[in-house]
Amino acid sequence: MTLTAPAEPATPPRTAPARRLRDRLSPYAYVAPFFTLFAAFGLFPLLYTAFVSLYRVELQTPGDMEWRGLGNYTALLADEFFWTALRNTFTIGVLSTVPQLVMALGLAHLLNYKLRARTFLRTAMLLPYATSVAAATLVFAQLFGRDFGLFNYVLGLVGIGPIDWQNGTLASQIAVSTIVIWRWTGYNALIYLAGMQSIPSELYEAAEMDGASRWRQFLHVTLPGLRPTILFTVVVSTIGATQLFGEPLLFEGSMSGGISHQYQTLGLYLYEQGWGFFHLGRAAAIAWVMFLLILVLVGANALVARRRNRKEAGR
Amino acid sequence: MTTLADPPATSQAPPTARARRAPGRPRRSRAGRTMKAGPLAYAILGVAVLFSAFPFYWTIVAASRSNADLASVPPALLLGPHLIRNFEAVLAEADIGKALLNSLIVSGSITLGTVLCCTLAGFAFAKLRFRGRGALLAVTVGMMMIPPQLGVIPLFMLIAELGWVNQLQAVILPGLVSAFGVFFMRQYLVQSLPDELIEAARVDGASTARIFWSIVVPIARPGMAVLGLLTFMAAWNDFFWPIVALSSSEPTVQVALRQLGGGYVQDQSVIMAGTLLGTLPVLLVFVLLGRQIVGGIMQGAVKG
Repeated sequence: MTLTAPAEPATPPRTAPARRLRDRLSPYAYVAPFFTLFAAFGLFPLLYTAFVSLYRVELQTPGDMEWRGLGNYTALLADEFFWTALRNTFTIGVLSTVPQLVMALGLAHLLNYKLRARTFLRTAMLLPYATSVAAATLVFAQLFGRDFGLFNYVLGLVGIGPIDWQNGTLASQIAVSTIVIWRWTGYNALIYLAGMQSIPSELYEAAEMDGASRWRQFLHVTLPGLRPTILFTVVVSTIGATQLFGEPLLFEGSMSGGISHQYQTLGLYLYEQGWGFFHLGRAAAIAWVMFLLILVLVGANALVARRRNRKEAGR
Repeated sequence: MTTLADPPATSQAPPTARARRAPGRPRRSRAGRTMKAGPLAYAILGVAVLFSAFPFYWTIVAASRSNADLASVPPALLLGPHLIRNFEAVLAEADIGKALLNSLIVSGSITLGTVLCCTLAGFAFAKLRFRGRGALLAVTVGMMMIPPQLGVIPLFMLIAELGWVNQLQAVILPGLVSAFGVFFMRQYLVQSLPDELIEAARVDGASTARIFWSIVVPIARPGMAVLGLLTFMAAWNDFFWPIVALSSSEPTVQVALRQLGGGYVQDQSVIMAGTLLGTLPVLLVFVLLGRQIVGGIMQGAVKG
């Protein structure tokens, strides 16, 4: 707390003490609506999750809580589907995040050129962002249909397939990742574009005078300049990937994420435990595991970024 | 857009310093690189646009076909004659009319409430001095990094306790909590509202409330509009919490879409017609105001 007492000059003598008190308290009235809601619907549930995860709580009788200690967690660790979901979350996360960010970087680079119809192109890239998870997934589920889907038809034209996009493990995970990539690539491209536009052009001029090719300029000017932006998108995408839920739920409409749970993510597993099997306590334990996972992943990202920076500074 | 293009990661730390520098020296004039795009760049961007737009086009095609058309090889790629009939089937099977109305109520209330709450709090954080300001702001920014879905179980127990399950306020009230919105409005006001204006009004004897309504709100309006657009789209498209808190008797559009896709309806063309109906309103907003939305995202919007 660095900003404590008001640092204003002495108040004019005609100001009554009552008014001064009001001025002192009134700022709190402006933050009160937000923080009241925040405490009730944001902070409290978040903290209370840890508490709930130590109890047996059933969906039908959420008022009855029976102490279970770490029972929910040990049950989780003994459930093979938990491990499947953890593994799927990881592979789908990598399959969706890496191509998405690489493509976004390339598109942002192109969008940064002097372009005709610049606004149109940017807006068109962002179009998928306007759809909901539900709508996008239902559309892609049909495009990925095994017998009459458009993707398999096109693949058939070049002599591949048909691929069973729902039942194959890798195939179904690629399909789910494709939905994520489609929805978020344009969004990330715009974030990168904003970052690129704040890189001073003197740096490029200097690089050009040193005879650096465009590719080297991209490697040695653009990428370092974008580092904070890239870290930001990696963190946001990691959090998004950890919670992936709507896409696997709607891909064919079951909570189990396919017949052999081949694309069930942790988010979907949480929903299945809580609202499919009514075990809210168990679901809370999954939420807590997801939270720890995010902390670890974000922490690892920050660590890598910091080590990079230090190495960079040492050169 | 002037100098707002930095990502939040960097703009968090020195906003005031940057803001002070901004009016006198337009930093952006020498920033960025503007090389001319060649044909290859246009070709790649064109392909990307096609990929972005194709699923929308195909949704319209599929919604205008019969189910038999969709189960044929080669797949349908041109418009068919059944659009109206499929819309009628959707309305009959899933009460999409009610879902659309509910979505409108929910998204509208969330948008109004969020914009108001966040402008109030953002103003206080940007321009008022009070004990605990730094700590409260730090908590708010910190919460942006924590996904709200992690609190969904106690939140459900809370609304069950209140008897709100399957009622729209169960979706509206938690939707008003937007740490991102507070941060966004704070950044906006730090940069666009000069301190001198507030001081002058104070000298004239205006109360803080008066200052808020007659100075802050008019200046904040463009920022409020962008926040409103982003909030509306996010609320309209929200999926996880509505399917937990609401049921098929009181659905939002997304909940209704899940029913369509979840096996009640087997007719694929009807599912696509429903998807089209659920997407149209927000698509319309996007087509009309896409430029503002792009600007808002480039100012550093966070997912969600």
